Amino acid sequence: MAIKYSPMVIEHFTHPQNVGEIDNPDAEATEGSPACGDMITFTLKVNPDSHVVEDIRFRSYGCASNIATASMATVIAKGKTIEEIKDFNPKLIAEKLGGLPAIKMHCSVLAINGLKAAAKQWEITQGITEVEEIQCNDTTIRKLLHEVINPQTGKSIVASGMVSYIQVDGGKVFVEISMQGTDEMYADNIREEVTEKIESMKCVQEIIVRIMEREKFESSDLNGSRASTNQSGQPEKS
Amino acid sequence: MNDKPIYFDNNDTTPMLEPVFEAMKPYFIEKFGNPASLHEYGAEAEDAVNAARASLAEHIGATPEEIIFTGGATEANNLAILGAARGASEKKRHIITTKIEHNAVLNPVKRLEKEGFSVTYLNVDKEGFIDPDELKRAIRPETLLFSVIHGNHEIGTIQDLQSLGDICRENGVLMHTDAAQSFSKVPIKVQTTPVDLISVNAHKLHGPKGIGFLYIRKGTRIVKIMEGAPQEQNLRPGTENVPAIIGFAEAARIAFDGMVDDTAYMASLRDRLIDQLIQIPHTHLNGPRGSNRLPTNADITFKYIEGEAILMHLSIRGVYVSSGSACSSKSLTPSSVLTAIGLKHEDAHGSIRFSFSKLNTPKEVDVAVEKVKEVVALLRSMTAFIPELHSEVEGKGQTFYKKKKEER
Repeated sequence: MAIKYSPMVIEHFTHPQNVGEIDNPDAEATEGSPACGDMITFTLKVNPDSHVVEDIRFRSYGCASNIATASMATVIAKGKTIEEIKDFNPKLIAEKLGGLPAIKMHCSVLAINGLKAAAKQWEITQGITEVEEIQCNDTTIRKLLHEVINPQTGKSIVASGMVSYIQVDGGKVFVEISMQGTDEMYADNIREEVTEKIESMKCVQEIIVRIMEREKFESSDLNGSRASTNQSGQPEKS
Repeated sequence: MNDKPIYFDNNDTTPMLEPVFEAMKPYFIEKFGNPASLHEYGAEAEDAVNAARASLAEHIGATPEEIIFTGGATEANNLAILGAARGASEKKRHIITTKIEHNAVLNPVKRLEKEGFSVTYLNVDKEGFIDPDELKRAIRPETLLFSVIHGNHEIGTIQDLQSLGDICRENGVLMHTDAAQSFSKVPIKVQTTPVDLISVNAHKLHGPKGIGFLYIRKGTRIVKIMEGAPQEQNLRPGTENVPAIIGFAEAARIAFDGMVDDTAYMASLRDRLIDQLIQIPHTHLNGPRGSNRLPTNADITFKYIEGEAILMHLSIRGVYVSSGSACSSKSLTPSSVLTAIGLKHEDAHGSIRFSFSKLNTPKEVDVAVEKVKEVVALLRSMTAFIPELHSEVEGKGQTFYKKKKEER
């Protein structure tokens, strides 16, 4: 299956802008992980008076669209203020790149999250914001899961109504994802993404993600511990 | 030299040979008959199909009646697995397969699992081999079928069908093998190899797409999985794809005629590529070396970079390959074959499969090696996955990388 990229994606993939890193950066952030197959690190120079991003560089581990979205992210962030970056929407990158295939939309979310994380880190070092302890509750988890993209549609799983149930009990989080209308071959991917997102919250000790598949109510639990999040979802029954 | 792309994706599909195309041509317009028709056109088509069937059967030492034409190896696998299951007694509700199967075996098996069959997925060792003792231990009184891929489509491992088949036979278990990659590369003779069902297709050996066959050993109970007219001994309804069958037989004839020389030649290309690429630091071969590897296949992990990006860069440079990375798969999960041989996700993401045909040349290998070196260096120069910054963490049953806590 060939992945059809726009000419602009190919352009930024083959000629990425602002590659590398800034020594002694004013802010730095990494999003993603090697296990997931995509990761971006941004380093920034920020003018302390105007809050303008004067220089930005990226390093990328990931597919062609990961490299292209990271490159485009640096292009749109350069010259903008930290406050402007905090308002960026992932759609902006996809638009500037002449569109991304649905299955690659998560790359633009990753890039924007990287920029926002760097912006926030800068504000923290400047004493503008404090490190906030995010509480574990239905609202914060739902907000976080907004960033998980259904690879089939390129839309957020929350916006598509796939998050059918969230229960928080202290540090224990239970999430139920409904695959209704989504090909179940994406179930493993969505489960991994959801688990990784929730796992990133400090307040979480235990996660259970239940995938409700299309035909029958067949549950596939991801049992408790954090360590189990890397399950490939491949057949392991014996 | 960059005019024509270097095609190293022959485990995916191969270009059809001119003589194969020529052999097929008359069966589109002049000899267009339906083998089921009673008139002369029908007889002409039927004779051609039967001659092709006999010729194909001979390559594996089968009789023509044991060959059922299908729309490819996927359909042959479905007919073998679902057909055997539907024809089995209520007591035979257990199937054994492996963790390195192609989806065309894995998914029919999973369907049966949903329908109430129990399934054992055998582990493989680091090179992708099944341990015959593990098969022995997995067999139960209710075991119906063992299905195993002969030559692996990703890592090239060739299973020892003889010893696995002996175990099946001793225990009254049917054995199926998916030989899509190995047919015409690794000999199988059904007189000596104890296998009951073999799936094969044409487009991996310079034949047309959309045609394959299932060998069904005489006396093996298979129930058809599609309904229609009683073609193919009432096991596979639908008018035979006559031109494709003719092309299939011609492609196989050419492949088997040249088998000894061609497989040695392809193995030399494979080893020429492997020897050069594993010189690159942080690079390793997946699957075995030597005669237990498909002559057509090399699969290599380039650590710290991602396969789809490698593939795209090579494609732009005129070298066509495939990748086991999650990003190159539609389901966004890394290749289950690579994780089954113990690769960490991040190493599976950085894997590239190079696969050869007899049409490739040593010169192409050398050019491709230079391009690969260039691309690997380029992507590594910009990667965010820096081993010094990522420590290995023991997870549940596997090791994976996590970014070290940023406490600095």
